[in-house]
Amino acid sequence: MSDVILKTEDLTKHYGGVQALEGADFELRDGEHVAIVGDNGAGKSTFVRQITGVEQRTRGRIWFDGEQVEFDGPLDAREAGIETVFQNLALADELDVPSNLFLGREKVKFRLGPFSILDRRAMRQDTEEGLRRTGVKIPKLDNAIRHMSGGQRQCVAIARSASFASRLIIMDEPTAALGVQETAQVEGIIRNLKERRVPLILVSHNLRQVFDLVDRIIVFRRGLLVADLNAAEVDGNEVVKHITGVANQDATATFA
Amino acid sequence: MAELTSQSVEGGESPRRRRHWPAELNALIGLVGIALFIEILGWIFVGQSFLLNLARLRIMILQVVVIGIIAVGVTQVIITGGIDLSSGSVVGATAMIAMSFAQAGEIYGEPNTRAVFWELGWVDLPVIVPLAVGLGVGLLAGFINGALIAYTKIPPFIATLGMMVTARGVAKWWTRGEPVSFPTDQFAAIGQGMTPVLIFVAVAALFYLILKFTVYGTHTYAIGSNQDAARMSGINVERHLVLVYSIAGLLSGLAGMVVAARGLTAQAGMGIMYELDAIAMAVIGGVSLAGGRGSIMGATIGMLIFGVIISGFTFLSLDAYYQEMIKGAIIVAAVVLDVWRQKRRAMEG
Ligand SMILES: Nc1ncnc2c1ncn2[C@@H]1O[C@H](COP(=O)(O)OP(=O)(O)OP(=O)(O)O)[C@@H](O)[C@H]1O
Ligand SMILES: [Mg+2]
Repeated sequence: MSDVILKTEDLTKHYGGVQALEGADFELRDGEHVAIVGDNGAGKSTFVRQITGVEQRTRGRIWFDGEQVEFDGPLDAREAGIETVFQNLALADELDVPSNLFLGREKVKFRLGPFSILDRRAMRQDTEEGLRRTGVKIPKLDNAIRHMSGGQRQCVAIARSASFASRLIIMDEPTAALGVQETAQVEGIIRNLKERRVPLILVSHNLRQVFDLVDRIIVFRRGLLVADLNAAEVDGNEVVKHITGVANQDATATFA
Repeated sequence: MAELTSQSVEGGESPRRRRHWPAELNALIGLVGIALFIEILGWIFVGQSFLLNLARLRIMILQVVVIGIIAVGVTQVIITGGIDLSSGSVVGATAMIAMSFAQAGEIYGEPNTRAVFWELGWVDLPVIVPLAVGLGVGLLAGFINGALIAYTKIPPFIATLGMMVTARGVAKWWTRGEPVSFPTDQFAAIGQGMTPVLIFVAVAALFYLILKFTVYGTHTYAIGSNQDAARMSGINVERHLVLVYSIAGLLSGLAGMVVAARGLTAQAGMGIMYELDAIAMAVIGGVSLAGGRGSIMGATIGMLIFGVIISGFTFLSLDAYYQEMIKGAIIVAAVVLDVWRQKRRAMEG
């Protein structure tokens, strides 16, 4: 019990008549890396949005760090120590890298309400430090993000989460739009997090990546959490069976 | 291994690397080009220099700084991805209301029986009173704009259009359409000589620094750049929008007092179409209507382009009707250019 960092019970989200997520019971232990897989529209992103307070759930309970939590918004979740890389990048294109990294939690030289003076040097230094620690290399920090490739932008988003996450990182398809090398770089960051024992929830369609990186695989199908598999004990075919629903009957048997 | 990947990502970037050509630089080149063009026309058709004439430059700058003050606020609104159509009417309302609190109690040794508040036993109020009232009126108008836009999700275009009509109504209602005249010397001083230019420079410099060096600036650009990202990053988008529109209203109010003080009189029709000129100055100066991009520096250059064109037309004795038409064409051209830039960016992006 003590090392369970995140726990959901009966987590449910309906959009009008659409049952996007239905009664998900889920547990994540400290330091553990878990993948969430499933077809398009299976409810993976919906699950992430309920945990991070981006949306308000229809039903269910969430515990984080041993306490039952109610996140009114993503900021609440972030303050609790959960950092998220959303499927649609939450970056401001016209701002440079340090401004994006520190967006909403800027370092200031002195407080003056909204007119607090930015400490650009400190933010730049911390950005360099954060990027170095996560293994991300970005040539020109002072460029607006708009001038960067999709991979670099993704790396900024991930570096942002990785530098700030104290308790948990959630990534929703972080490599979906990336080339081979950029994907490798993101995977490097994830391994780095594993070494630092920062727990991770990784939503991905890429089974090769999932097997390479995580300890446990959760399968969603049509809004239901249908399987909870130990990555070391299953193979790709079995996961695919759960995703497509062919293994419907024995799915319940594999529940841990 | 990690080294290798980072290098290849870095290497892959160089062909994508684009020239950094700030829109402000385009505007500056435009300014110099237009000024030189009028200069040459001047030598050919008028037989004298356009630029080497201090009196003309002085008039030129005085013509545009009032709208320039508005443009400083409007620029910030546009950077958030919004628009403010109420500026001109707020100028009218503030001019009327502030002026009525700034009226001299005595004119030529006689009591000023035509003062708006004459019945209250009017004496000269310290200049701080009309100033505070004027700024308050502008701030209130801007606050209402911002609150409507942020909390009811009415599009900025509609909300500020409503304020445009309402504030003009207030300006007329305040004295039932009568002009308000005879300000105290102190109040009149706001609009005399080069004081309006000083006010503009102070306002522009202040907000240039604020946009560049404070959290307010970063959040303003972030909201215009990607409102969802701003919200997910924990920025209180609604509160920030209220602040931005309030500042725009405040600056419109300031401009209203400068116009009234400069003309020594306030009329309900003051400031008509100022909002469009202010928006045009910003857009000509590279502030993108799509939000997220632009600067006070750019808007200032846009203001100067405006000044050069208007004063150039007078210098070349171009008919006033042509001036209006060409001004309109320039505004449309600036917006078309902005839309074109957005499209090109979307294709590159
Ligand atoms: N805001 C919304 N309003 C209505 N329906 C929604 C909304 N968001 C998601 N849905 C529906 O909920 C279901 C689950 O969507 P979700 O985005 O969670 O899928 P996903 O597993 O993340 O898929 P993908 O792999 O394509 O990202 C889908 O049927 C989707 O159409
Ligand atoms: Mg999804």
